[in-house]
Amino acid sequence: MTQTMIAVQGLTKTYGPRVAIDHLEFSAKKGEILGFLGPNGAGKTTTMRILTGYMPPTTGTARIAGFHVVDDSLEVRKRVGYLPETVPLYNDMSVLDYLIYMGRLRRVPKVEDRAWEVLEQVGMEDRADSFIGSLSKGMRQRVGLAQAILHRPEVLILDEPTIGLDPTQVVEVRNLIQEIGKEHTVLLSTHILAEAQQLCDRVLIINKGHIVAEDTPENLQMRLQGGTRILVTVQGPPQESLLTRLRALQGVQMVASKEDGQIEIVAEEGSEVRPQIARTVLESGHNLLEMRRAAMSLEEIFLQLIGEETATESIAEGEDEDETSTEDAEAEPTEEA
Amino acid sequence: MRTLWIIARREYSRYFTTPAAYLAAFLFLLVLGIIFYANIAATTMRSFMMPGSAPDISIIVNPMTTLLVFIVPALTMRLLAEEQRMGTIELLLTSPVRDAELIIGKWLGSFLFVATLILIALIYPVVLNQLVSPGIDWGPVITGFLGLLLMAATLTALGTAVSALFNNQIAAFVATLAFFLLLWLLGFPSQSMGGSNIWQYLDLSHHFYDTFARGIIDTRDIIYYLSGAALGLFAGTVIIETRRWR
Repeated sequence: MTQTMIAVQGLTKTYGPRVAIDHLEFSAKKGEILGFLGPNGAGKTTTMRILTGYMPPTTGTARIAGFHVVDDSLEVRKRVGYLPETVPLYNDMSVLDYLIYMGRLRRVPKVEDRAWEVLEQVGMEDRADSFIGSLSKGMRQRVGLAQAILHRPEVLILDEPTIGLDPTQVVEVRNLIQEIGKEHTVLLSTHILAEAQQLCDRVLIINKGHIVAEDTPENLQMRLQGGTRILVTVQGPPQESLLTRLRALQGVQMVASKEDGQIEIVAEEGSEVRPQIARTVLESGHNLLEMRRAAMSLEEIFLQLIGEETATESIAEGEDEDETSTEDAEAEPTEEA
Repeated sequence: MRTLWIIARREYSRYFTTPAAYLAAFLFLLVLGIIFYANIAATTMRSFMMPGSAPDISIIVNPMTTLLVFIVPALTMRLLAEEQRMGTIELLLTSPVRDAELIIGKWLGSFLFVATLILIALIYPVVLNQLVSPGIDWGPVITGFLGLLLMAATLTALGTAVSALFNNQIAAFVATLAFFLLLWLLGFPSQSMGGSNIWQYLDLSHHFYDTFARGIIDTRDIIYYLSGAALGLFAGTVIIETRRWR
């Protein structure tokens, strides 16, 4: 049986009048990598801070490995590894000393051996004696990650783990997260959609404190995409006759010639039209250079979802204006009860 | 308990790696040395005119209290303000560390450092003992240093609490110093105007000069300093707790 490691119910946090997150509901199982996707200020960090026991929620409950984040805060904190957005490091300490200090605070047995172990895991063993203040951004990020996995936490919470890294480092850190995700439950936030697509088993898209979508990256794509998109590149500019012949193919819904010489074809979901397309291209005297299925990127899905959200919201706001304010006041207490 | 000690040890050792702490320690010992030398020189001159007069330990203990008021803010300002500025507080508050353990650990580290400075100053009574015959009265030395340690405990605890309020070390320093000076001078107006005793009771210096400095140990003074320290630690813990709720 797979164990539920993160369980969040009706989680709400308000900062004065501002609602940071509003009745969030989600869960994550053991060994799952859950992506938290959303624009800046969507409430990602707030949710993470509540889950790590840094701050209590206004209402709602969250449990980590069955422990309540407020009532059993210390138990939760023992089981959570956390990498905040601003990597918390002491610049005046050496990498090894820092890890040993953090390990001691978390009662890691044989802390020195374990510190070397995680240093090796993040590929920093040759910089163990360097002062943290002298490290590059990517290295700091890796030390932060080392700190988060030091006590073998059951749940790993990473707030934008690859921000500010160069492409090689990003790949390294992603591989590391994937490695860790095999044994631990990982919740990571990001606004890089490709990252979520690559790393996560499941993605939560959050905007303005609400979850707007929750699914696997593949399903999200399937759900929002009308048909299969195929991009074809031929040598030289495509002739109009080719486009007409392509349009005539069984299962093809739309054919458009794009400015960069590519032909975009939208086919019916489930029908395989690529062999016919290839043949048609060759028969019409063109050389086929490239043909690929263009999945709708998470980026587009994201914008679409966020767009819908804002659209429905403006409608809702319009409706609100018609309602009297007394109704609002009445609604609030019942919600709390 | 172990966690507390880990934090205290880290804070204590950190003083030996930061230039500000070295500078504070250097100033403390330098000023004491100058005062000590000046007093010895002055009494030596005077003893030609008035044979028999000899300097006592108050020449070193009394200026130390004043120095503590200025040195302690410089040593406690960083404790939590720096963690809050650097964001490392997030790390500590998400580690399995109780808020009270964090505050007490931080305080203990700074107190032990100040205690180290005070104990280094024990060298002066030893030197003085060599200079005067038939030696000095060790009673006031013991009570004086005991009083200094108690006062240091109170001041560092209050400094820790003030540091928890700020993200900025300089702000923490100024606020702590202002607070100490207020406590230091609280008794003055009531002395001169003959007002209520309560101000005098709250006065930090009153509990030192009238008793410990004269070789007297009064439980009321011990309670005053200990409760001051406890209050500071309690306030610090509450401040950290309320930080979470914002």
